[in-house]
Amino acid sequence: MATDQAQAALTRPPLTLPDGESIAADPPFAHWRLVTDGDVLWAIIDKQGASANTLSKGVLEDLDRLLDIAAKRAPKALVIRSGKQSGFIAGAEIGEFVGQTDEAAIRAMIDSGLAVFDKLAHFPAPTIALIHGFCLGGGLELALCCRYRIATDDARLGFPEVMLGLHPGLAGTWRSLAVMKPIDAMTAMLTGKTLIARKAKSQGLVDAVTEERHFAEAVRWAIRGDVKKADAKGPIGRAMNFSPLRGIIAARMERETAAKARRDHYPAPFALIDLWKAHGDDASALRPAETRSFAHLLTGETSQNLVRCFFLREKLKGYAKGATHDMTHVHVIGAGVMGGDIAAWAALRGFRVTLEDREMKFIAPAIGRAGELFQRRLYTPKDRQSAFDRLMPDVEGSGLARADLVIEVVPENPDIKHQVYARAEKAMKKDAILASNTSSIELEDLAKGLKRPERFCGIHFFNPVAQMPLVEMVTHEGLDDKVASRALSFIDALDKLPLPVKSAPGFLVNRALTPYMMEAFLAFAEGIKPEVIDATMEAFGMPMGPIELADQVGLDVGLHVAHVLKAEVKDRALPDVPSWFEDLVKRGSLGKKSGKGVYVWKDGKPQKAEGEARPDKALEDRLVLSLLNAMADCMAAGLVEDADAADAAMIFGTGFAPFRGGPLNYARKVGIATVVERLEALEKAHGPRFAPSKGWKTLGA
Amino acid sequence: MARSPSPRKKAPAKPLEAMGRPVYIVDGARTPFLKAGTRAGPFSPVDLAVQCGRPLLARQPFAPSDIDEVILGCVNVAADEVNPGRVAALRLGCGVGVPGWTVQRNCASGQQSIDTAWRYVAAGHADLILAGGAEALSHAPLLFSKAGAAWFGRFMSARTLSQRLQALTAFRPAFVKPEISLLTGLTDPVVKINMGQTAEILAHRFGISRRQADEYSARSHHRLAAAHKEGRLEELQPMVDRKGRVYDFDTGVRPDNSADQLAKLKPAFERPFGKVTAGNSSQISDGASWTIIASEDAVKRFGLKPMARIIDCQWGSCDPAVMGLGPALASTRVMQRHGLKRTDIGAWELNEAFAAQVLSCLKAWTDKDFCQILLGLDEVFGEVDHDRLNVDGGAIALGHPVGASGNRITLHLIHVMRRLGARLGIATECIGGGMGGAMLVELV
Repeated sequence: MATDQAQAALTRPPLTLPDGESIAADPPFAHWRLVTDGDVLWAIIDKQGASANTLSKGVLEDLDRLLDIAAKRAPKALVIRSGKQSGFIAGAEIGEFVGQTDEAAIRAMIDSGLAVFDKLAHFPAPTIALIHGFCLGGGLELALCCRYRIATDDARLGFPEVMLGLHPGLAGTWRSLAVMKPIDAMTAMLTGKTLIARKAKSQGLVDAVTEERHFAEAVRWAIRGDVKKADAKGPIGRAMNFSPLRGIIAARMERETAAKARRDHYPAPFALIDLWKAHGDDASALRPAETRSFAHLLTGETSQNLVRCFFLREKLKGYAKGATHDMTHVHVIGAGVMGGDIAAWAALRGFRVTLEDREMKFIAPAIGRAGELFQRRLYTPKDRQSAFDRLMPDVEGSGLARADLVIEVVPENPDIKHQVYARAEKAMKKDAILASNTSSIELEDLAKGLKRPERFCGIHFFNPVAQMPLVEMVTHEGLDDKVASRALSFIDALDKLPLPVKSAPGFLVNRALTPYMMEAFLAFAEGIKPEVIDATMEAFGMPMGPIELADQVGLDVGLHVAHVLKAEVKDRALPDVPSWFEDLVKRGSLGKKSGKGVYVWKDGKPQKAEGEARPDKALEDRLVLSLLNAMADCMAAGLVEDADAADAAMIFGTGFAPFRGGPLNYARKVGIATVVERLEALEKAHGPRFAPSKGWKTLGA
Repeated sequence: MARSPSPRKKAPAKPLEAMGRPVYIVDGARTPFLKAGTRAGPFSPVDLAVQCGRPLLARQPFAPSDIDEVILGCVNVAADEVNPGRVAALRLGCGVGVPGWTVQRNCASGQQSIDTAWRYVAAGHADLILAGGAEALSHAPLLFSKAGAAWFGRFMSARTLSQRLQALTAFRPAFVKPEISLLTGLTDPVVKINMGQTAEILAHRFGISRRQADEYSARSHHRLAAAHKEGRLEELQPMVDRKGRVYDFDTGVRPDNSADQLAKLKPAFERPFGKVTAGNSSQISDGASWTIIASEDAVKRFGLKPMARIIDCQWGSCDPAVMGLGPALASTRVMQRHGLKRTDIGAWELNEAFAAQVLSCLKAWTDKDFCQILLGLDEVFGEVDHDRLNVDGGAIALGHPVGASGNRITLHLIHVMRRLGARLGIATECIGGGMGGAMLVELV
């Protein structure tokens, strides 16, 4: 409603900025403005041509000159804030990290950045950072150079460098340790989790939390010295930095980190712990050690691949640009595990959702699961209540007439789906979109009989919805371009990563994953223990082994997909589904959801035999190469735009070892020729299912 | 009867003509009514209002923001939902541009909202109003006594250590004894007797026996159970709580209840000789109900299908000690204004605050003195047909969430009128404090 928007604008204030003269420089600043406010100077960062501020070389060079000019004018204080609504500073310019191989050159780059930060830290007047929105990584490191940090309630602060296989590299380690308890600082840097403003204040990162409308007054208080500096360390905090406490705490951190990640796969958190263990009590030693460690990590394969993952994520997000979804109401038909969770997620993200099923008793469990989701992801009772209000059980299907998007999530039976579409099409709005979450039925088959197939597409989520970022947007010949754009934009609005995929059996992810899963089942049929199979792939870097994954997704679902692929896929001789698999499903052992599959499941965890989990290198070859070969098939079929898109799909749809940068990236590292050789060997040993894909020819180019 | 003045004869209105523009009830919905247990129920008053308001609005041809205003009856307003009418309007997605407010006329609050909505629309001030009622008696708070609250205030304002110690030594254990606000609320503030006692007074005056009250109550349960079984409660909207539990029927109903079983209960309000028990009284419950009130213009504009036309709503007043006679007063008044006889009314919903109270109203209507002296009728009103009265049970089986009941009986009346083919119907309730309300509707 236009009036609602106008009313909302009343409550959202513009950024507090001074209206004094803008101080010119020669050459002029590209990314900053230096503005007077009486006898105070404001340095406003507003990176040119970007919607969010990041610390690029240009930004730091500007800042260097700005600080010189500002110091000469001897202001009473220097305020630093962002001129962008999106937030303070999101971090360093990651693009400048890509492809770096020379550690010495990196160290030199960092040193020049540190010099600018030092200049800020030693500025001859009090410096005040005003923080709103995101303040991450390098942005937080910059803010830590200021004497005062004042944040709005919606500010989010953190050190996400570990997600890129790094740790803070611009003095974030010792500057955060200077104001926080070591355990809080280390936890923030090891987990990469963002802190909300109030938490950041209680941990010492921020001195005051207030609303944007009080920023001008807060600056005046800070200049007078009336803002109390955060003092979170306390005597125990200070003691933690010294031996023997430091050593004990570091050892525990190492154990906890090792439980979640292997040192050889993800070296960064261990490097950070080593840094602190060695130099936690000596900032002057920690500083150069941080630089050396950072430069070393940056040139390592893991970091390079994790940076690649970051850009793969941006690539997928890029598919959603250029269109707005314009949607407020989503109607989900089918309140099963997937339908219920999709509805809950959409409500969490602010959409009004009507969730339909035949009877209330089928919808109610989904509401209960939504309750758990809201409890985990929302922090105030008000937010949870609003989310619940947005999610409406809808036995009557009243939502059909109001929805902007109707998603069908009923069983994989074309007849049932066609009935649902007939009913939906009668009631839907003219410009509403009809979508299916089908994982195994081709869109062309489903589109048959639709009155308006041009507004029908696939929107395919992965299990569990709350955790898997990827959503395949499945296209077909008759799909209208605008509808496709709106669907991609919707997926982005859900904070998921959209991937346009051509309709084909299994689309991309299942098409690539199923031969790998089937290979695991064949191995199981040969007598290899499931614990060994899973351990092998976990050693490779998968978050979960294939047997456990099959149990988790549901053996009935996996069986169905396997049958469909075996029947539909023409360009590869997929193995027959082993009989024990059919038997298990027939007997009702469906995996996690029925308490027993291959494993027995208790309390949501598979019961694995102790001491059996030894990885097997030969097995790893069979499994990994099945996956790689299937991906090459997908590329040959032209299902997605390029190899990067395919890699992104596997990383974000199945959790494929991110530190390897994606399956095809891994294949290129190993060498395409080597991959083909190994496939030929496996073909001789195990059968035609390993015949090297046609797709390798173009991938090797 | 002590001080009842003779009823002021109001000028009769033209028969069945609307006062002002025609006003319609086009749709409505209610939650299941949940009998209050020992713990607070899962839904607050506004939660209940949202649970049935959401699906009601979802099936309308207009958007929630098209509503002109929202009026909600509610007696026990929760401290974190002050002005629940507005909170409900916002949570139902009406948008910031739709005003919402709350009305209170005790047991008739849910009908007061319809009355006010009717008057606004009839006068041309609005075209589309959402009028409802909600109550969560299970949430009725325990209160600190005044002395306890005063001590707490002293303690909070103590600044120095010595002041704090002084405040602490002034503490008395009696300060923590809570006042059960529900009990207080059910006691009349002027005549200082509780609602159940008013029913005892009427039972005595009109010769209603314990047995009669129990038989009436058993029938209320049977009728409601049958209505559930046969799907006759079309306005009922199932609810789901945050744990995924479904509520799809009125939890107070006891299908196997019998007069013999009810006879075993002890009197609740005047022991040991009284006639009014927990079994032949309305239940303490949580529930909500909404109706959509529309003008002719709104009906045309949005393509609505009116169910009934509101003809009139009248409020009668009497001694608080006999508040249970309110329906007799108010219904008679509204019928007199339109020149109607008993036989003109094809369906009745008379809120079952107490079996003895309902039966007293019916008996009073056959009492010559009562009809002539108090109601100003020329002759006896007559016997209301039990097959046209509370045909699907009432508050004895369903529960009486105070703020919602007036709305529920009006909404359900319309459904009953459709079923029985009754052209005219009256929804009426007694009101704690000594009043009665009666709404006259015509099937469309």
